Amino acid sequence: MNVNQSAPPVPPFGQPQPIYPGYHQSNYSGQPGSAAPPASYGAYNGPVPGYQQTPPLGVSRAPPSSGAPPSSTAQAPCGQAAYGQFGQGDIQNGPSSSTVPMQRLPGSQPFGSPLAPAVSQPAAVLQPYGPPPTSAQVTAQLAGMQISGAMAPAPPPSGLGYGPPTSMASASGSFPNSGLYGSYPQGQAPPVSQAQGHPGIQPPQRSAPPLASSFTPPTSGGPRMPSMTGSLPPGQGFGGPPMNQPNHVSSPPQALPPGTQMTGLQGPPPPMHSPQQPGYQLQQNGSFGPGRGPQPNYGSPYPGAPTFSSQPGPPQPLPPKRLDPDAIPSPIQVIEDDRNNRGSEPFVTGVRGQVPPLVTTNFLVKDQGNASPRYIRCTSYNIPCTSDMAKQAQVPLAAVIKPLAMLPPEEASPYVVDHGESGPLRCNRCKAYMCPFMQFIEGGRRFQCCFCSCINDVPPQYFQHLDHTGRRVDAHDRPELSLGSYEFLATVDYCKNNKFPSPPAFIFMIDVSYNAIRTGLVRLLCEELKSLLDYLPREGGAEESAINVGFVTYNKVLHFYNVKSSLAQPQMMVVSDVADMFVPLLDGFLVNVNESRAVITSLLDQIPEIFADTRETETVFAPVIQAGMEALKAAECAGKLFVFHTSLPIAEAPGKLKNRDDRKLINTDKEKTLFQPQTSVYQTLAKECVAQGCCVDLFLFPNQYVDVATLSVVPQLTGGSIYKYACFQVENDQERFLSDLRRDVQKVVGFDAVMRVRTSTGIRAVDFFGAFYMSNTTDVELAGLDANKTVTVEFKHDDRLNEESGALLQCALLYTSCAGQRRLRIHNLALNCCTQLADLYRNCETDTLINYMAKFAYRGILNSPVKTVRDTLITQCAQILACYRKNCASPSSAGQLILPECMKLLPVYLNCVLKSDVLHPGAEVTTDDRAYARQLVTSMDVAETNVFFYPRLLPLTKSPIESTTEPPAVRASEERLSNGDIYLLENGLNLFVWVGASVQQGVVQSLFNVASFSQITSGLSVLPVLDNPLSKKVRGLIDSLRAQRSRYMKLIVVKQEDKMEMMFKNFLVEDNSLSGGESYVDFLCHMHKEIRQLLS
Amino acid sequence: MTTYLEFIQQNEERDGVRFSWNLWPSSRLEATRMVVPLACLLTPLKERPDLPPVQYEPVVCSRPTCKAVLNPLCQVDYQAKLWACNFCFQRNQFPPAYAGISEVNQPAELMAQFSTIEYVVQRGPQLPLIFLYVVDTCLEDDDLQALQESLQMSLSLLPPETLVGLITFGRMVQVHELSCEGISKSYVFRGTKDLTAKQIQDMLGLSKPAMPTQQTRPVQPQEQAFVSSRFLQPIHKIDMTFTDLLGELQRDPWPVTQGKRPLRSTGVALSIAVGLLEVTFPNTGARIMLFTGGPPTQGPGMVVGDELKVPIRSWHDIEKDNARFMKKAMKHYEMLANRTAANGHCIDIYACALDQTGLLEMKCCTNLTGGHMVMGDSFNTSLFKQTFQRIFSKDFNGDFRMAFGATLEVKTSRELKVAGAIGPCVSLNAKGSCVSENEIGVGGTSQWKICSLDPTSTLGIYFEVINQPSAPIPQGSRGAIQFVTQYQHSSTQKRIRVTTIARNWADVQSQLQLIEAAFDQEAAAVLMARLGVFRAESEEGPDVLRWLDRQLIRLCQKFGQYNKEDPTSFRLSDAFSLYPQFMFHLRRSPFLQVFNNSPDESSYYRHHFARQDLTQSLIMIQPILYSYSFHGPPEPVLLDSSSILADRILLMDTFFQIVIYLGETIAQWQKAGYQDMPEYENFKHLLQAPLDDAQEILQARFPMPRYVHTEHGGSQARFLLSKVNPSQTHNNLYPWGQETGAPILTDDVSLQVFMDHLKKLAVSSAC
Repeated sequence: MNVNQSAPPVPPFGQPQPIYPGYHQSNYSGQPGSAAPPASYGAYNGPVPGYQQTPPLGVSRAPPSSGAPPSSTAQAPCGQAAYGQFGQGDIQNGPSSSTVPMQRLPGSQPFGSPLAPAVSQPAAVLQPYGPPPTSAQVTAQLAGMQISGAMAPAPPPSGLGYGPPTSMASASGSFPNSGLYGSYPQGQAPPVSQAQGHPGIQPPQRSAPPLASSFTPPTSGGPRMPSMTGSLPPGQGFGGPPMNQPNHVSSPPQALPPGTQMTGLQGPPPPMHSPQQPGYQLQQNGSFGPGRGPQPNYGSPYPGAPTFSSQPGPPQPLPPKRLDPDAIPSPIQVIEDDRNNRGSEPFVTGVRGQVPPLVTTNFLVKDQGNASPRYIRCTSYNIPCTSDMAKQAQVPLAAVIKPLAMLPPEEASPYVVDHGESGPLRCNRCKAYMCPFMQFIEGGRRFQCCFCSCINDVPPQYFQHLDHTGRRVDAHDRPELSLGSYEFLATVDYCKNNKFPSPPAFIFMIDVSYNAIRTGLVRLLCEELKSLLDYLPREGGAEESAINVGFVTYNKVLHFYNVKSSLAQPQMMVVSDVADMFVPLLDGFLVNVNESRAVITSLLDQIPEIFADTRETETVFAPVIQAGMEALKAAECAGKLFVFHTSLPIAEAPGKLKNRDDRKLINTDKEKTLFQPQTSVYQTLAKECVAQGCCVDLFLFPNQYVDVATLSVVPQLTGGSIYKYACFQVENDQERFLSDLRRDVQKVVGFDAVMRVRTSTGIRAVDFFGAFYMSNTTDVELAGLDANKTVTVEFKHDDRLNEESGALLQCALLYTSCAGQRRLRIHNLALNCCTQLADLYRNCETDTLINYMAKFAYRGILNSPVKTVRDTLITQCAQILACYRKNCASPSSAGQLILPECMKLLPVYLNCVLKSDVLHPGAEVTTDDRAYARQLVTSMDVAETNVFFYPRLLPLTKSPIESTTEPPAVRASEERLSNGDIYLLENGLNLFVWVGASVQQGVVQSLFNVASFSQITSGLSVLPVLDNPLSKKVRGLIDSLRAQRSRYMKLIVVKQEDKMEMMFKNFLVEDNSLSGGESYVDFLCHMHKEIRQLLS
Repeated sequence: MTTYLEFIQQNEERDGVRFSWNLWPSSRLEATRMVVPLACLLTPLKERPDLPPVQYEPVVCSRPTCKAVLNPLCQVDYQAKLWACNFCFQRNQFPPAYAGISEVNQPAELMAQFSTIEYVVQRGPQLPLIFLYVVDTCLEDDDLQALQESLQMSLSLLPPETLVGLITFGRMVQVHELSCEGISKSYVFRGTKDLTAKQIQDMLGLSKPAMPTQQTRPVQPQEQAFVSSRFLQPIHKIDMTFTDLLGELQRDPWPVTQGKRPLRSTGVALSIAVGLLEVTFPNTGARIMLFTGGPPTQGPGMVVGDELKVPIRSWHDIEKDNARFMKKAMKHYEMLANRTAANGHCIDIYACALDQTGLLEMKCCTNLTGGHMVMGDSFNTSLFKQTFQRIFSKDFNGDFRMAFGATLEVKTSRELKVAGAIGPCVSLNAKGSCVSENEIGVGGTSQWKICSLDPTSTLGIYFEVINQPSAPIPQGSRGAIQFVTQYQHSSTQKRIRVTTIARNWADVQSQLQLIEAAFDQEAAAVLMARLGVFRAESEEGPDVLRWLDRQLIRLCQKFGQYNKEDPTSFRLSDAFSLYPQFMFHLRRSPFLQVFNNSPDESSYYRHHFARQDLTQSLIMIQPILYSYSFHGPPEPVLLDSSSILADRILLMDTFFQIVIYLGETIAQWQKAGYQDMPEYENFKHLLQAPLDDAQEILQARFPMPRYVHTEHGGSQARFLLSKVNPSQTHNNLYPWGQETGAPILTDDVSLQVFMDHLKKLAVSSAC
């Protein structure tokens, strides 16, 4: 105790400090005052408050609590934040009796904590801290609180009165709980909380130190308990609350009800049961969450029933034994709500730390100083001020950045700023680029860097006067001073070898081995290229693309083509020295399409003929890429290789692969080897490619195992894309391939890019996910970068942040445009910082979180067994939620699962990630499929991961035909399918139309042009073009869906009860999957169990 | 004397053989004391319009180690139908076909006038000739253009069934596939990487799966043709394609930056050419024709780096051991040359550039395979064009004057052994009873491979007499030597030419006079010169000169007539009289002197010296000088500065150059335009005469000599002045008066001084 209270603890907390002293004293006084209690008190308090409050406490308790201190700090901020929101509450609290406040405090702890310090009441202070720590600790704290409350209450409360009141207020703020509970009389409520705290406290207290010893504590707790209760009215309160609320009611009966609830939710209830009290406490904590009800979010959930808190819980728990799927958070509902609430107004980025609408919502963005969410999305827009808080919350701090994202036509693409020869203005020290956050001082003669605080001179040509607010007069005329995203023209200093880049080149490298010829791929491709070459990406209004093209075909050897415009016929040059690849020609290999059109056309006509009779089945791969890279090197330009490849490269050459697919490895420690490249050749090669600015897009047409894991290394590291068309057949896959090809060729790309994310002091970008290469720890090097490529960046604290200044991100991307112009694209984003965990939880984006977690997990399987990765995910998720429950939620029964509003979809989405093919392969999923999916996800943006993991399921026949809007989606569960309807399911890669067995014949007729359900061809990939409203509407819908996605989705028509349905069902992610993946409901229970374990 | 001269001439005309000694010393010791070794110059394919080949195969001795061919020297028992080998004395049965043989019905090979006879072998497949062009594309545009035209021209000269192939190189090496239509296809190789034949084969897709069943059958031409069809095609099939290909030849497209040489992968290109033929047509007559416009600058066989500021090696660098790439390059080309030779192919080098092109390093390729080496300033000169055209000249039968893949076997009677050969050949390492342990030139074998031959190709063959004085040779007996040359005629026939010669043995002690008379000083000079040049390839220049001098002094001591220590008394018989003079000029010749010559030039001169016949070789040693004047018909004059007179026109033929030199007065007349005045038509004729004669020489010679037309005081007069004996120099001009000759500004010793020294040394007892 002493230790805890001693001053040292105080300092750590910046804000609390002033308060603390007083606080401590009060504590002291209080404690001493009550001589008798001290002993017991000490016991309680000692562990609890000291611990949580400050490190010093930790010191005393050091061993047990080592983890705790951070949490305590984190809590403090939370409390504050919460507080702020409920300012009024304070007053209310104030009035309430001292005891009351005390009691409340426990309840409100999270909120009150900060205030508490101010108050003189030690107890109050303690309490706030208490909650944050781990569950055990929390309870302990609570106990402490109560005790202290009991002890101190009388003395300080009154005297300190108001200070504490505020804290009280906070408590009251928490009270809103009470509000929620409505029926609760304030007076009662607090008691309740106290009471709860008490019981909970005692056991936990003991248990806290030895976390595991949940049981032993109870015994010890038993005795104390009584004392506690005895001392306090809580006992009464206790009774009270239960009375009021059904939940509570049940709880008094000794937690059995809650327990049952729990059981309802989770398998593990039994353990909970035995220590009834603990269970109880948990509940209280749970109620806490609700207590936080003040959060706008929360309010709604409660009444809404979706929340699990008391309401749904109690009724269902016992009888159904199963959760009602309708009662658990529905992604569809959330998406729908967000659309309705936020879709109508433009999202204006001027305000710091604003959470943007969900990715599923259509909204306009107005750039007023922060980058549009289309460019950057963060897991949270409110960052904990300290790393301790961040660690406690376990919420990853990450930004998903899509630097070249396409904007809808209504939004202006970034302005290009040309600063002439001097180049963009940058901070001298940290090299950050001029942005709206830079502070101009000394009348505009200098500016202070918002990232590193360095003071820089403003160059004379950039000088401008400041207005009365300290803003530059020209701020609105300069994009770099008023917008979140803009571009600079780079000077020659930003170019490789100090030379302005040449226009980039595209090289088409076509496998002409037997397989490619046989499937008709080569002919199809050559035919398509003839017209596609007219659509190479060009910049702005340029008349013709600056991009040069070259052609290579290959099997075991490579054939280069000289298509110089002066030639009558193309010339083929064969390079057989695959072991030491080189480029056989320079002049005539990379040519302007228009100049060499005749020769190119002739070439494309002849390629299928030349190899028509080929018998060569072996192919090489690494030499192909190397050849392209060497060609670009020779031409001294950046560019992109389009490699069309069919088979495992088994010909004798560098990068030769063997078939190492082995399903037996699945679920063993060696499973990871399936995802690791077979040889290091490709990494080395990729490195060279990146140095040259050579991006590789790979189109695979495998009939069998091709080792995607290895082949994808180069595309992956060079910022390229992979497309895989298993068992390619011209008839079936033509449209999909051509569509992808067209889009891939035409899309705007940047080359030879380097991306750097700068942050204001306090946080630092520490980890990066995506398709790129990094040769050091800060620069993301991308040989090529297109509008779909996304880089996820994770941040960590390296110092504490300041609530006032917030946290700034600046993402600078240096790249060569497709016209060969060197540019810098800058995105700036300012985030809030919080000292209250609740703020963090209130400003989270689950979609982004899932994007990060999926990428994290998908990378994890390279190094750890898949099971470990899955467990890590679950644990992390549980920790996030438990932390919330503990620190932010109002007390409630342990049986209640309380989820933060912003994260209520976390479990369902996480379950989808866990069930994905990569982490949980089904029997029919090949290794290549998994490697492919793994690769895809790595560079997906938030919208893509969202739909990829939780497919969209749209009923086609339910809404009136006339309605032009997309039909409202339904949840991805078989239960939601009615056999009288037709549904469409898409996840960004696949598109299914599911036809119920008893669909009306008329509908069948108008959609499939056959008389009955049984006549529909299963596996159909095209809907017949029919002239009726339904058919038009459905086809229109399919087209619009396809247009939304970066890849063409091949349609598969699936009939109910058909063989193909298995495949379809795999995408109904809320159900149990065939391969054993848990259903949403089961997983939620599982999650709850995990959380409870963490809390206990 | 005359008899011997006639005898020598007769023998040369009939057999293409000239011996240094036409009487052979009968013991080993004596032979070695005669200084000039017993040796001969053999022109295996000397044109013999009067000798139609016989259409059957030779009869050979049945002793496996001998296998000498039946010849006029053999003793024949017409009754028993037996013949005795004159080399091993084995008695052999005539084959059944000779059943009708009798003294009056002799087969040609037994008649004395057919000491040289040519057989046609009917067996075996007749494979067409193969020409593989290896073309440098790092040329100036007009050069490339000219080369293209020359190549096109050569196509029109080749018989339609000839197989041709094309490899071009610059920074990369391209092997052009000739069979495909529409798109032209070539295989490209990196210019910096050496490849084994196996790799080349794999990369060109020539490796075919083993087909044991088919292999056992006799070789099927079609099958063979199929394998190689993609790169080597009969002209008649791909005439158009090939013409187009040549027409579309571009300059090497890789940029050459300022101050750099283009990257030229000659080494790899040759390696691939060699490898390609090795795989497809081993042991078939094939020519690889390398056309290069500069030194190899990268990869194996590079001679100089691509930095222009670093000049290509000079003799100075070589002496200072400063030629970085030389040794490695030579090794590379030597290895290639040996492989080529082993396959029976040959490599020609046509190097046209103003600077050196690395002939020094590449010389092995031609020297070991019998290929041509041509050096010019540009492909766009008549020198190259006509030289190249001359390669395709035809003989009286309408056949190309070229033969392929020859093996020369030498058999000797017991008293003799073969010590070695010097010429465009490689050893076949055939050890046998007639191989001497003492090696001269390429020795240690009795068989050599000569991958390419023309009617003037001449080898120096050196022998050793091994007879010991203890076993004297019976008086009147003769030593015999048989040369058997098997080759592929340009008509693709396989032929065997057999020359059997015999000479009398003589005892040096008692018959020195006779032996002296039988000395062929011309042949001896050339043979000694070949030895000297051969040594010069591996030894320091001065050592070779010293060796030559010593040999000359010893010869003079042996055969001169003099009183000891009295130089004035020194006399040489007629048979030796010219020999010292030859040696004098040889010492000054570019074959032994590298001063003023680049290493490439030296290699070029030596290359030709080692393969030309006796007449041409003599011209090379001692150029011929003709004088034209109003005083009479053109006359040969001394190669001496005293011959340079103001009213004369001189025509000098050094083999490599034809120089027409107008004396001072003549030049003035010409400037004054007298030749255009009808009254001075004789002057016009005088001016014309040497031109006509020069034309005549130009027409006949391969390679085309450099044609120089100059006059007194002209800068090009140096060609003449550097050759003539500097009898008048700035040092001794005045005693001779102003009327005569032109002074040569040199410190070189004149013939007179040389002879004086020689005499002094010869008569001195000191050495």
